[in-house]
Amino acid sequence: MQNHFQEIYNVLPLVLVACGVFLSVVIEIGSVKSEKILPWFSVLVFLGTSLFSVFNLNNCGTAYNNMLSYGGNVFIFYSLFNLAAALTVLSSMEYIKKYGSYFGEYYILLLSSVLGMMLMAGARDLFMVFIGLELMSICFYVLAGINRKKQNANEASLKYFLLGSFATGFVVYGIALIFGTAHTTSLEVIVSNFGSLSHNLLFVTGMLLFLVGFSFKIAAFPFHMWVPDVYQGSATTVSGLMSTGGKAAAFSVLLIALGAVFPGNAANVFRPYFAAIAAFSMLYGSIVAISQNNLKRMLAYSSIAHAGYMAIGLAAGNRESVAGIMFYLVAYTFMNLGAFGIIAMVEGADDTNLELKDYIGLSQRHPLLSALMALFMFSLSGLPPFAGFFGKYYVFISAIKADLTWLAILGVVSSVISVYFYLRVIVYMYFKEPEPEALPVHNNANGVLAVVISAILVVMFGIFPGTLINLITSYLR
Amino acid sequence: MPFEIILFVFFALIAAVSSVVMVTRPNPVMSAIFLVINFFALAGLYLLLHAQFISVVQVIVYAGAIMVLFLFVLMLLNSKSEQKLLSGQKKIKVFAIVLAAFVFIQIAYLIFFSSPSRSLSPDVAASIKAGTVEEIGRQLYTGYILPFEAAGFLLLAATIGALVLAKKKFN
Repeated sequence: MQNHFQEIYNVLPLVLVACGVFLSVVIEIGSVKSEKILPWFSVLVFLGTSLFSVFNLNNCGTAYNNMLSYGGNVFIFYSLFNLAAALTVLSSMEYIKKYGSYFGEYYILLLSSVLGMMLMAGARDLFMVFIGLELMSICFYVLAGINRKKQNANEASLKYFLLGSFATGFVVYGIALIFGTAHTTSLEVIVSNFGSLSHNLLFVTGMLLFLVGFSFKIAAFPFHMWVPDVYQGSATTVSGLMSTGGKAAAFSVLLIALGAVFPGNAANVFRPYFAAIAAFSMLYGSIVAISQNNLKRMLAYSSIAHAGYMAIGLAAGNRESVAGIMFYLVAYTFMNLGAFGIIAMVEGADDTNLELKDYIGLSQRHPLLSALMALFMFSLSGLPPFAGFFGKYYVFISAIKADLTWLAILGVVSSVISVYFYLRVIVYMYFKEPEPEALPVHNNANGVLAVVISAILVVMFGIFPGTLINLITSYLR
Repeated sequence: MPFEIILFVFFALIAAVSSVVMVTRPNPVMSAIFLVINFFALAGLYLLLHAQFISVVQVIVYAGAIMVLFLFVLMLLNSKSEQKLLSGQKKIKVFAIVLAAFVFIQIAYLIFFSSPSRSLSPDVAASIKAGTVEEIGRQLYTGYILPFEAAGFLLLAATIGALVLAKKKFN
């Protein structure tokens, strides 16, 4: 009996969120005030889980017959997902009222999607990877179309669903081939036999199909076709979570599946693949984003570019790159959530106030929001002293250590290109003459709170990057 | 032994042909019926692999319950033959077929080349035991309890999602 309690305590973050899902279903059914209770209830669950994860980092191990690992970097991911979701809820509260889609189910689905991400990040078995991936994706398919009256939200939901199912097909076929060659679904065994298995072409094919499926989820270049339409059509807050939490979860799986490559136990046979998608994603995302006038679309292309920067780390494949990717994911999560949070606040009903020209004179109408937006744009473009700079710095350093200097140089070049479209937002906000009939921005305390917290975290990780990177490195085996 | 191979070829041919026919039919009802045939052929293949339980579940759940629901929905929607979206885009179609054929040949070659079943033990008794309801149940509730529970949450999320997208209330 003692053992069972200990095991449950070890995976308590998962249990907390799972109970949160159940309780929120009960609240939604049982209470007429559920629309007021559920947002705060889910914030409470997310914050509680996040804090518990942070305070139990040192309790490491695997649970339930090697299905799940806990502690260490897994809990850092848990904490990241939960914080991101809590911030998303804070900025959603007012936002979903604008579109009349004030459903309690919105929060239940957010909780479920976070549960899926957590299962992915902790997975030690391909079954867990697959179920976590599907749990997260199905929630996102629905959340993307939560504004049911909007035609482009329906389009986004359907497009994401169809292409996402297609990508899942790749993942499942890849898992089938991996199982066929490795005779196991346990990632522990696969990772420890990676060196000998990677001489088997069929195993490499299976892994490649698996990686293709996940390249779709991280929105890397040849598999990016869905990104702009889905991010533009979905509810802005949901796009924020999709581009940060979803991407982080997919990267966590890639880090686990390639776990043998990073300590140098096995050769990185997938380096050409990752180098190619990294190079193309960075350049494509940065160049195409220049011609975008819609801010959500611009951030969608920027998301493709950032997937490219992180994929540099996968191509480099050493210990520094794991830490670099994780740091980058944390930095990217908060700066992107902040940017999407501001867009959600400025956005009027019916897709208005999303164009670049709508931001003209925002510095006079709402000085705080425009200052924070400027901060996020600086951080996204990778200027010091914000977190975005150190994310790129660590990943590029790891590439240079792995003799991939050309890739790091391409990364710097594409960062320089990207400065243009990020800074253009600031130019529009501060240095253009405002038009008199600009739409007003409503004050929204919870949304501002979410954005301010994101901004504090971005600045904090920018000024003290060493704390986090040392913590992550100390948990790497 | 040869009888098993004959059965395998029989089911495999039905499965392959019916799935191709399913994709190419313009009428969705016909597609659904060919999908049912495909499921039956797959159930036969599972039986050949000594997976009795999976085979039965395949027939009852997929061919039975799910496909009947599919057919009901298709008939209620009363959809006419779908418009040929790709008819105007011959180039894309040709490119897709070439690409698919290329990938197919590669993977088929790889599977023949590395013959993954070579290293499997030919222990028939163990394989029959692994496919029984008892054994699957035991595995499901011991070693695989966590994926099993997580699948429950997956179904819950899917149900709630369907509800959100389909419910009438807008405000």
